[in-house]
Amino acid sequence: MEPLIIEGTAKTPTVNFNASEGLIEIKGRSIPENSIEFYKPLVDWLEEYSKSPAPHTTVNIQLEYFNTSSSKCILDVFKKLEAIYKNKNDVKINWYYEEDDEDMLEAGEDYESIIRVPFNMIEIVD
Amino acid sequence: MLFNFDEYYNKLTEDGEVILAYQGTITADGINGALEAVEAKLDGIGIDPKVKKKVYNVLVEGLQNLYHHVDELPQDFDPKFAHKFGVVVVRKKEDSIKITLGNFINVKKTAYLKDKIDKINSLSEDELKDMYKFILNHQKLSTKGGGGLGLLDMARKSGNKLEYSFYEYKTEFNFFSLEITINYV
Repeated sequence: MEPLIIEGTAKTPTVNFNASEGLIEIKGRSIPENSIEFYKPLVDWLEEYSKSPAPHTTVNIQLEYFNTSSSKCILDVFKKLEAIYKNKNDVKINWYYEEDDEDMLEAGEDYESIIRVPFNMIEIVD
Repeated sequence: MLFNFDEYYNKLTEDGEVILAYQGTITADGINGALEAVEAKLDGIGIDPKVKKKVYNVLVEGLQNLYHHVDELPQDFDPKFAHKFGVVVVRKKEDSIKITLGNFINVKKTAYLKDKIDKINSLSEDELKDMYKFILNHQKLSTKGGGGLGLLDMARKSGNKLEYSFYEYKTEFNFFSLEITINYV
C-alpha cells in the first residue's frame, strides 16, 4: 500500500501515513474552513489500511491548533483506528500537546472518552 | 432607536488597544490575513502563550462562523455595506483580550440564534464539555463544513459567557454583535 504523505500548510497539517511501518502521523495546524475535503483521502486511506493493517499501529497526533470543523473529521480518523483495534490489532494513540496547553490536553481526553482505544497523553516540554 | 453602525464601530475601536479592526466583506483570504496579523501582533506585545492560543482559537471559530453564516444582503439594502458584510475587532484591555464579531442577520434567524446562545450561557463547564462531546459524536458536518460547535467551543475556550446584542436595523435584518472575553492567566 502506497504511503500517504501531505505537506503541511498554514491551515492544514502534515500527514504521514505509512502502512508497512504501521505509522499514522498528523502534525501541525488543522484550521481549514471546510475540513471534509482535506480529511477525505485520510479516512479513505485508513479504510483501505484496515483491511490488512500492520501488527502494531502507532498513531502520533501532534496538533498546535484545530478548529471545530476539523474536530469531527479527526473523530472519523479515530473511528477507523478503533475498528482496527477492535479486530484484535495493536493500536497505540499518542496525543501530543504543548507544555501547559490544557485545552489541547482536554481535547485529547474528549476523544479518549468517545473512542475505545488507549491514549497516551504526552506533554511536549521545550 | 435604529441601530447606528458608525457609532457602534467607533465605540468598539476606541475602547482599549486595538489589535485588529476590520469592517467589510468576509472572505477566506481576508480571514487568513486577519489571523496572521493577530498572531504576529500578539507575539509582539508579550501576551502569555496560553492566552494567545485561546485568542487564536476563538478568533478562528468566530471568523469561520462569520464566513459560513453571514447573510447575503439584498441589493437595495444599504450601499454602505458590502454584500457579505461583517465586523471583527480584537482589542487588548487591562485584564483581558476582547474579540467582537458583528454581522447583519435575517430577523427570522434571530430567535434561533438567541436561544442557542442563551442555552450555552446557562451551562456549567462540565455541561459544556458534555454537550460538545455529544454533538461531536452525533451530528454530521454540514456541506459547508460547519459542525454546529463553533459557539460552544468559543464558550469553552474563553471560560466566559458569550455576550451578545441584537440591534434593530431594517424590517428584515438585525445587526448581531457577539463579544468573547479571554482573561489573562
